[in-house]
Amino acid sequence: MAKKLGKRMRQKQVRKNKWYEFQDKSYKFIALAATGVGILVLCVLLYDVFADGFGRIDLEFFLNSSSRKAKNAGIYAALGGTVWIMALTTLIAFPIGIGAGIYLEEYNTKSRMSNILEINISNLAGIPSIIYGLLGLEIFSRTLMLGDTAITGALTLSLLILPIIIVSTREALKTVPYNLREASLALGATKWQTIWYQILPASIPGIVTGAILAISRAIGETAPLIVIGAATYITSVPTWPNESFTVLPIQIFYWIGKPQHDFQVNAAAAIIILLGITFIMNGAAVYLRYRWQKKIKW
Amino acid sequence: MKIEAQDVHVYYGLDHTLKGVSLSVKKNTVTALIGPSGCGKSTFLRCMNRMNDLIDNCQVKGNILIDGVDINSPSVNTNELRKAVGMVFQKPNPFPKSIFENVAYGLRVNGVSNKEYINDKVEWSLKQAALWDEVKDKLKKSALALSGGQQQRLCIARALAVEPSILLMDEPASALDPISTSKIEELIYNLKASYTIMIVTHNMQQASRTSDKTAFFYMGELVEYDDTRTLFTNPKKERTQNYITGRFG
Repeated sequence: MAKKLGKRMRQKQVRKNKWYEFQDKSYKFIALAATGVGILVLCVLLYDVFADGFGRIDLEFFLNSSSRKAKNAGIYAALGGTVWIMALTTLIAFPIGIGAGIYLEEYNTKSRMSNILEINISNLAGIPSIIYGLLGLEIFSRTLMLGDTAITGALTLSLLILPIIIVSTREALKTVPYNLREASLALGATKWQTIWYQILPASIPGIVTGAILAISRAIGETAPLIVIGAATYITSVPTWPNESFTVLPIQIFYWIGKPQHDFQVNAAAAIIILLGITFIMNGAAVYLRYRWQKKIKW
Repeated sequence: MKIEAQDVHVYYGLDHTLKGVSLSVKKNTVTALIGPSGCGKSTFLRCMNRMNDLIDNCQVKGNILIDGVDINSPSVNTNELRKAVGMVFQKPNPFPKSIFENVAYGLRVNGVSNKEYINDKVEWSLKQAALWDEVKDKLKKSALALSGGQQQRLCIARALAVEPSILLMDEPASALDPISTSKIEELIYNLKASYTIMIVTHNMQQASRTSDKTAFFYMGELVEYDDTRTLFTNPKKERTQNYITGRFG
């Protein structure tokens, strides 16, 4: 039997418990308020953009390119450029990023060197994107003499999102239970067969989700592309990667900088399109993860 | 002799896990490896198909001869070795695929593409593992939908499909209920006719029921190795006596 608390002690205890209860409830409200602020800001932003730009979106807006007259301008060249950049970046960054992730997670043995490598890859993901722009300008545009072309842009953005893809690929591979690897290897499968037939199929939802999110980050980037000299005024979609290009964020940036109100309406409309593309891609990532995860249960 | 281990040492980094184990196993027998946790019995088992190679800082010394060939020699291909020496793990670990594909996997990675052969082999393996009657109507269903005991028998079927001559079992029944356990034990008894089996177990009764020979490991050493009946009824070492009567371990 515990010793009975004295009357004063009991009162103190009751007061303290009430305080804890209050603490508990108020923290819930603080957390709710914090969430609310974020959502509210987003809503205001969306409302503002939609109010300004939604009326501007019509078929013409998609079919026209840059023009000195705001009413005649459209996003044809920019949207086409964004699609080009998206496709090229995917082609370059997916295989390299996923390959590097597989190497680091499945083949690389633990050592001091590999630790340094791993920490640096994570750090790379946090470097400001404009630095990648400078790197791209120096290496791809000048040294390799690719100029201010779509391929330079795609290579630069690939560099930018490689660390993200590598890290997310490794995280996805880590979720595959070790005993699956053992089971396959114990049957005489080679390491590559084990990766190809067992580990990749089991981790593909995570890998693809991470890669899609990385690409959707890439198409929103402006700074590195401005640095490598992407065109701001262009009227055609590149027919080949070695032509100059522009992308939606740059088009938006260019229009916003104009004094005329009509151009800013154009910018708002283009922002809606860019947001739409990002939402669709993120939605696709969420959907794919949901679909695939239902199939694989541990 | 099917398996001859001579003075096998295993190091995990600085840990000397197995300290000079020598042991011979006859063809078509069941050998039980018993001993308290961490005594090195699983490590020894994993030496037989070189699964220890997968662990970064693990070093194996000494000779292990299977059919007279030293499996640790550089000329031995581990993939070939693991086909000849099948393994069943403690926790059932079927692939997240259909029942059929689980069994066919070992054949496919060996380059077998003849559909008829694969079909026959899958059926044969599932029959060998006493699972065929339970799953023959749902071969296309996910293996993960099976019960734990069925999953473990599927893992055995999967191992048998590549026609090993030796079957290693690492506590194959420790995660199963008594009925599933007795099915696995019965299976071990039946498989003995065609395979040489090595089984790690924490269950004394299981060891005495299923095995011909029993090896008692303690602290990385092989304390006693004898006919199962002799070891359980008349152990020569006091430590063995204490362990099998439950006084420690």
